[in-house]
Amino acid sequence: MSIDLSQFHQVFFEESQEGLQIMETGLLELDCEDPDIETINAIFRAAHSIKGSSGTFGFTEITEFTHVLETLLDEVREGKRGLTQEIVDLLLKSVDCLGGMLAAFQNSEPVDPEYANELTVQFNAYLKEGCTKAADQQQKPDKPPVGATKMMTTWNIRFVPSADILKTGNEPVRMIRELAAFGDCCVTTNLEKLPDIGALEPDCCYLSWDIELTTDIERAQIEEIFEWVIDESDLSISESAGLFMDSEPEAPTEPEPAKEIVAAAGGNKPAAKPAAKSKAAGDSVKSAEATSIRVSIEKIDGLVNLVGELVITQAMLSQVGTESDSGNLIKLQEGLAQLEHNTRELQESVMRIRMLPISFTFSRFPRLVRDLSRQLNKKVEIKLVGEQTELDKTVMEKIGDPLVHLVRNALDHGLESPEERIEAGKPETGTIELSAFHQGGNIVIEIRDDGRGLNTEKIRSKALKNGLISETDTLTPEQVQDLIFQPGFSTAEAVTDVSGRGVGMDVVRRNIQELSGSIEVESNEGFGSTFAIRLPLTLAILDGQLVQVGGQTYILPLVSIVESIQPNMDLISHVAGGCDVLRLRDEYIPIIKLNELFCIETQRTNLVDCLFVVVEVGNLKVALVVDDLLGQQQVVIKSMETNYKKVDGVSGATILGDGTVSLILEIMDLIKMAGVMQQSKNGLHMVSSRGYAA
Amino acid sequence: MQNIEERSLVSDMDQSTHNNEEMDQYLTFIMSNEEYGVDILSVQEIRGWESVTLIPNAPPHIKGVINLRGSIVPIIDLRQRFGLEKVEYGPLTVVIVLKVTTQKGSRVMGIVVDAVSDVYTLSTMDMKNAPDLGDHVDTSYIRGLVNVDNKMVILLDIDQLLGSDSIPEVSISTLNEIKESSTNE
Repeated sequence: MSIDLSQFHQVFFEESQEGLQIMETGLLELDCEDPDIETINAIFRAAHSIKGSSGTFGFTEITEFTHVLETLLDEVREGKRGLTQEIVDLLLKSVDCLGGMLAAFQNSEPVDPEYANELTVQFNAYLKEGCTKAADQQQKPDKPPVGATKMMTTWNIRFVPSADILKTGNEPVRMIRELAAFGDCCVTTNLEKLPDIGALEPDCCYLSWDIELTTDIERAQIEEIFEWVIDESDLSISESAGLFMDSEPEAPTEPEPAKEIVAAAGGNKPAAKPAAKSKAAGDSVKSAEATSIRVSIEKIDGLVNLVGELVITQAMLSQVGTESDSGNLIKLQEGLAQLEHNTRELQESVMRIRMLPISFTFSRFPRLVRDLSRQLNKKVEIKLVGEQTELDKTVMEKIGDPLVHLVRNALDHGLESPEERIEAGKPETGTIELSAFHQGGNIVIEIRDDGRGLNTEKIRSKALKNGLISETDTLTPEQVQDLIFQPGFSTAEAVTDVSGRGVGMDVVRRNIQELSGSIEVESNEGFGSTFAIRLPLTLAILDGQLVQVGGQTYILPLVSIVESIQPNMDLISHVAGGCDVLRLRDEYIPIIKLNELFCIETQRTNLVDCLFVVVEVGNLKVALVVDDLLGQQQVVIKSMETNYKKVDGVSGATILGDGTVSLILEIMDLIKMAGVMQQSKNGLHMVSSRGYAA
Repeated sequence: MQNIEERSLVSDMDQSTHNNEEMDQYLTFIMSNEEYGVDILSVQEIRGWESVTLIPNAPPHIKGVINLRGSIVPIIDLRQRFGLEKVEYGPLTVVIVLKVTTQKGSRVMGIVVDAVSDVYTLSTMDMKNAPDLGDHVDTSYIRGLVNVDNKMVILLDIDQLLGSDSIPEVSISTLNEIKESSTNE
């Protein structure tokens, strides 16, 4: 499974530009006398995101520079350090510097490290004078300046692939082409093993190559190219000569006796610029331009809305059509049928524009996990399940960052070191599984690790220390686990490059809630944790069942309806505490009376005259009591919050064929409301006087 | 109108800045024999009363939502908002659709009033501030009081009245108090 990360570089550049924009605006807004903590947090988050994603894509210069910047911001954020104009100026300069680095990477140009180094020195001066707590941070910048000297090296590479290499879908020519992109490349093909034409198997590889590469890249980068075939081929890489960049790089005419390097190079060598990678990025930009057009999301949204209106018009027309009885009725109906067909099709294809497979997000992770696991000395295997699951582009874009946070957390906090794992009787290699699947009208993304799980005691004491809870609070394990989503919460003992600043989880939760989704954590101490994110597939359209309660028409999401039944009094029983339940086959299902919940007068006071709609959300089933079922219809969701505010029990509104507004019910909310109502009833020791004659 | 302009001239005898004074237009409406005014620039349209879709468990002055060319617009009964007696809606009942500026951007809302009255051009000089009635009475939703034909018009600040989520406590007794104290002055 080879993933070309370069296809996401464009996204990274765009996101980072946005992040820089946020930082800049925030910094310009900041008042040194009285800094707004929210603005500082926004700047910090933007920096943190840039750091995270640049790490994912291997733009180390950006990662390292942002880390220093972030350390300073963190101190400001925690109030350990006052904000001065100098700091703001310095931060602004670093924003410019990051912009320059990004532009360099984007245009496949070498990054000029001088400016960044100069700023890093200034940052360190601030950090040293102020605070001792950031001591562990300062080791990093003490490293020799990044990319200060460049070595030209000639590598002798002997590549003898196994005969089966072509069958596994690997193409040696590509690898050599990639090598050629690093520098001067001289390839000698070895034809010794080539059999007679009669004995030749077309899908076997008989060739081997000797490659002489003069370049400034490291051994690790060469190895990376052969990464997918290294197990099945004979590969030897040796260094023949090292030259400094300043002198004219001349290819040695006579290869000197090769000197085998046993240890992987790079540990004490300055990191060279990943020239090939940025070149690849440039290529992908070009190819992306050729195959797709960037359209502003506003335009697409306009189109989606327009088509939505068309659906409404069509519904209205068909209503007129069924009611009118003129001579042209049949023709009218024919035309309308056509219109319905067309509009539906148009709508579906417009909706499809926005849908993308989740692999766009998922495929960033293998690289991230690989790099992180090396950094943390952990053995990790990542499994991706359900990559073809499609979801809305807006949802996808916003879910990327939260997922990165969650995966990083799973690696850093969740999984144990190999030694600990063996001690705990677990396989040495930890597993992180990312899976996506549809459930009802939602997409569920799960991040599962088999690590140590959440330590409720640790969370509790940390929450106590941070003042999130008080000594006297008694919390269930679930409530304790929920605390990790609180702002400023982190259990990592040391602040590392990977995680531990406590920005993650509250932002994760907020981002997901903004998408009207939810996140839950399930954890068994010692056996791992599972984070389940539940998101709506699309934010624009819904298949609805129209129901009547009193004089009002409401819409239930069709996907949540299990069945609708006419009640039989024998099946209804009254449970002490004021709750009615419906016995449906083997299950007892709580009954929610919509008219009571919404305080609507209804004529049908006897349950026998009503209908029960059994709905399911999550693992909860409830029976909603309605007066009547009306019909099914696709509805365009309109927000109530645009001009009003969030209404309990209602997820939005839509416009029906006759032009009236109908509210779309949110089942989870209804259940909560019913629960609250029940509690308040019981709390006041009141018996509902307005009960049904059951 | 004639009257107002004369009055402005009289009251501005000692105000040299009169010429630079901005003139604002106000749409006024009647509720329970009182005249109220709103900035005409915030008025989007005036429509007749039509049936609304109820919002469950909303406060009684929120009548419900209507479809205004594809947008969902809440309708607020200003009578009930001010604690006035509820009246039956008839063919003459009017909904004024307003654009309200809030912290989160602009919202469109409709208010139900008894009848629309007039449009006045008023200078801010004509306007008197709402009298201070002590800490317990919030008068932030009143932009000012103005006399037109010896009749008091209460100019409302709709952004304050409808914009914030924490709706200021408004009651007709407050309005009466304001009226009394301003006539006493």
